[in-house]
Amino acid sequence: MKRIAYASLFCLATAGAALAAPAPAAKTAPAAKAAPAAANQLLAAQSEVRFTAKQMGVPMQGMFTKLTGSVQWNAAKPEASRIRLEIPVASATVGAPEMDEELPKAEWFAASQFPTAVFESSAVHALGANRFEVAGTLSIKGVKLPVKTQATVLPNAADKGATSSATGSLDIARLAYKIGQGSWGDTSVVADPVQIQYRIRLKTQP
Amino acid sequence: MRQTYHPVSVLWHWLIAILLVATYYFVLGRPDTPGPSPEKLQMMSYHKWAGITVLLFSLIRIASRFIFPAPPMGADVKMPAWQNKTHKITLLLMLLLTVTIPLGGWLMSSAAGRPVVWFGLWQLPDLIGVNKDLAGQIKEVHETAAWALLALVSLHTLAALKHHFVDKDSVLSRMAPWLKK
Repeated sequence: MKRIAYASLFCLATAGAALAAPAPAAKTAPAAKAAPAAANQLLAAQSEVRFTAKQMGVPMQGMFTKLTGSVQWNAAKPEASRIRLEIPVASATVGAPEMDEELPKAEWFAASQFPTAVFESSAVHALGANRFEVAGTLSIKGVKLPVKTQATVLPNAADKGATSSATGSLDIARLAYKIGQGSWGDTSVVADPVQIQYRIRLKTQP
Repeated sequence: MRQTYHPVSVLWHWLIAILLVATYYFVLGRPDTPGPSPEKLQMMSYHKWAGITVLLFSLIRIASRFIFPAPPMGADVKMPAWQNKTHKITLLLMLLLTVTIPLGGWLMSSAAGRPVVWFGLWQLPDLIGVNKDLAGQIKEVHETAAWALLALVSLHTLAALKHHFVDKDSVLSRMAPWLKK
């Protein structure tokens, strides 16, 4: 009796997993016929997102120490590529402990209310010479705005092309995303333009 | 023979005096609030800008001292030898500190990974690589030296005022020719 109960539980679990797994894939990539294309290629731990903001004219470097998401990159057919990156904003650091303490607060990222910044691609075009234009939306602190960036995607020589890196930058205006409000809104102290630099590492498809 | 300092020396002396007051004010007069604030960042930047200007002006002042030597003390000045010696040591130390303290601040900014951008326009080259521990150590020296300079400036100012108002001699008018009777 007990054994039957376990067996049926196992069956249910497997069926559940089998049902759950293909569902998001089918939703995100209806055009992709090749099943492997839907596999997530993002090597999140080896990717990095940095940012530079000027403070009284002094360039201030920072980075997000955490990154998740999923990337289905198709170099041969860039239009079929899908990129979604999620960044826990509480992982922002500028290398100064007293400033790092401020960043999750309401004036800056309001991390408890808006924990994740999200980039979602909408269109990818090849520009030639390993360069691609990636258009999409960037949501930070509840503000969702269209953005565009040019990424250079190159295989990594160190692992003989088993992985590739997509590098590029993106200029945003921090006040458009309400980052640094109140007295911090003074752009003569912290300038409005912020440059985001990314290096996204991907498993190269077999 | 001149009875007063050359106008070039007078100009740089008083410019540095005003700048020093500003430099101390920008760092000591920061708002006493916990955590970073735009006001504090602003004051600290002004402190750095003024400090680098002190460095530049002090170098010019030292050069001008060689080009235009100090005039001899007036015949009316009665000063014991130890006072004259103290005066010379004070001057030497002040000139030395007005160069080394800003240099220390520059070193500290480099070590802290926060380069100095003079007036928000010109980024000064980093003198050393980023090393936060070293930045903390330089900070201690920078601050101690700055308190020493403040003590020397106070002594210098009090002595000048004593000569002018108590002894009623021509010592202060050597550097402030407009006071000359």
